[in-house]
Amino acid sequence: MSVDQATVRRVAHLARIAVREDELDHLSHELNAILEFVEQLADLDVSGVDPLTSVVPVDLPMREDVVTDGHYPDKVLANAPEAEGGFFTVPKVVE
Amino acid sequence: MTKLTQLTLTQAREGLAMGEFTSVELTEAYLKAMEEARALNAYVLETPDIALDMAKESDRRIASGDTGHLEGIPLGIKDMFATEGVRTTACSKILENFVPEYESSVTANLWRDGAVMLGKLNNDEFAMGSSNETSAFGPVVSPWRRDGDTTPIVPGGSSGGSAAAVAAFLCAGATGTDTGGSIRQPAAFTGTVGIKPTYGRCSRWGIVAFASSLDQAGPFARTVNDAALLLRSMAGYDPKDSTSVNRPVPDYEEAVGASIKGKKIGIPREYRVEGMADEIDTLWSDGAAWLKDAGAEIVDISLPHTHYALPAYYIVAPAEASSNLARYDGVRYGLRVPGRDVVEMYENTRAAGFGPEVRRRIMIGTYVLSAGYYDAYYLRAQKVRSLIKSDFDYVFSQGVDAVLTPATPSPAFGIGEKVKADPVEMYLNDVFTVTVNMAGLPGISVPAGLSADGLPLGLQLIGRPFEEETLFSLAEVIEEAAGRFPVEKLWWRR
Repeated sequence: MSVDQATVRRVAHLARIAVREDELDHLSHELNAILEFVEQLADLDVSGVDPLTSVVPVDLPMREDVVTDGHYPDKVLANAPEAEGGFFTVPKVVE
Repeated sequence: MTKLTQLTLTQAREGLAMGEFTSVELTEAYLKAMEEARALNAYVLETPDIALDMAKESDRRIASGDTGHLEGIPLGIKDMFATEGVRTTACSKILENFVPEYESSVTANLWRDGAVMLGKLNNDEFAMGSSNETSAFGPVVSPWRRDGDTTPIVPGGSSGGSAAAVAAFLCAGATGTDTGGSIRQPAAFTGTVGIKPTYGRCSRWGIVAFASSLDQAGPFARTVNDAALLLRSMAGYDPKDSTSVNRPVPDYEEAVGASIKGKKIGIPREYRVEGMADEIDTLWSDGAAWLKDAGAEIVDISLPHTHYALPAYYIVAPAEASSNLARYDGVRYGLRVPGRDVVEMYENTRAAGFGPEVRRRIMIGTYVLSAGYYDAYYLRAQKVRSLIKSDFDYVFSQGVDAVLTPATPSPAFGIGEKVKADPVEMYLNDVFTVTVNMAGLPGISVPAGLSADGLPLGLQLIGRPFEEETLFSLAEVIEEAAGRFPVEKLWWRR
């Protein structure tokens, strides 16, 4: 299957990356080259094979359901591009 | 002072313990070497004040006899590791001003054991690359050059700064991360030793995430013994990483020099790829012969799904990257580029902040995870991953202790030589290393020879899960037989 310019535009939007119209052509070539390369996996019969979920057989650890961290809003906000009154700020999201 | 920087980590540790020199003297020697080597672009941030403070503290502890395993040893840190109060960028524009409020567990372990931080090392942006050419800080120049030729050579990637700094005597050792070969390939390209331990051996907490099911930290060093010392400090259980494994860390140094008599070494026929240079093939046979001379048994094996590892990797890694890098949204940290609304702000921020390779991988990942494609791509790739892992499980169940392969299909190439090619051509650099990440196994790259034009070549040993000790024993046999490959001419010094 081949990725056309409309698909590149759609994927870029899903990935929340602005792309210019004049980039669509070479992006579709690059993505197609990679997809063509991974396409060879279709040659393999994987029926009855379980997908790998963990490379090392470990059980996910459980811990007490208690607060173990926090109470330092200044540190949390220290790298925010914009913060105000102890909060992150974003452009208006509701009309 | 040059002499101090040329000591191995093991020798430096002895010198410090014997009081032959102080950590401040050793640190100053490295800081001076770093200053003289800025043309290599290995460091993206030098931290001389922190280094000297840490060195003074170390000297105090050495005087009082209260020393750690790496007391007073100056190290370079890949810029993928969060360092508290010290800018950490993953060599991306999107994190250009990020100063973490916390320390990664691996670096915290190093400082606990007395190591000294010299600065942050260059890497491919978000560790995505095989030549260190995707870094927002520009490429790293390898300290190696082809014979009679001044063409700048890549150090490999993504841990190119780490590999170059260790090879050029700009630190006693360095940290790296390896998602598809990012420690082992640059180690091979620079004549250094690099090990990617078993998945779960080192904590991933505080390391900038690329592909979480594949990422592991590991050391770069000038000798096998140095690498063993570094891994001992870096490894260990960390409750903050749920995939970190709770088992004791062995004293890896004890494994260096241990007998390999009776060890069964597999030579996988599928690694004899089309178009592989004769010199790589010869190196591989030499490696097998050296191990055999030391008492190992060499057996031919088959890992039938090897061919599918790289394509499966280029689904799994971008898919996980696409999810992990969703956090760079211009809100909590990093770059923000304004837009008319919040979505446009995200899109402008991410367009300006990510370089072309990172954007490409995020888009591939987004595509393969998008509605209707998940089963055809991601799920299929995870099934292929099961097959790759069963290939290894089978040979290990037949008594094979380790697998010997070339580390890379070719020696290092010139800066810019592969940039214009199809992205897939660059990806082929990792053809021998990705299988190891896909199966979560430990792999070590050890220098074993020089190419016809005088560039280093490495061999890779792949071990059973958590049997890094076997790898250190075997790698030391290769190191003994092949000799070491230090850079001889420090041509970059100003």
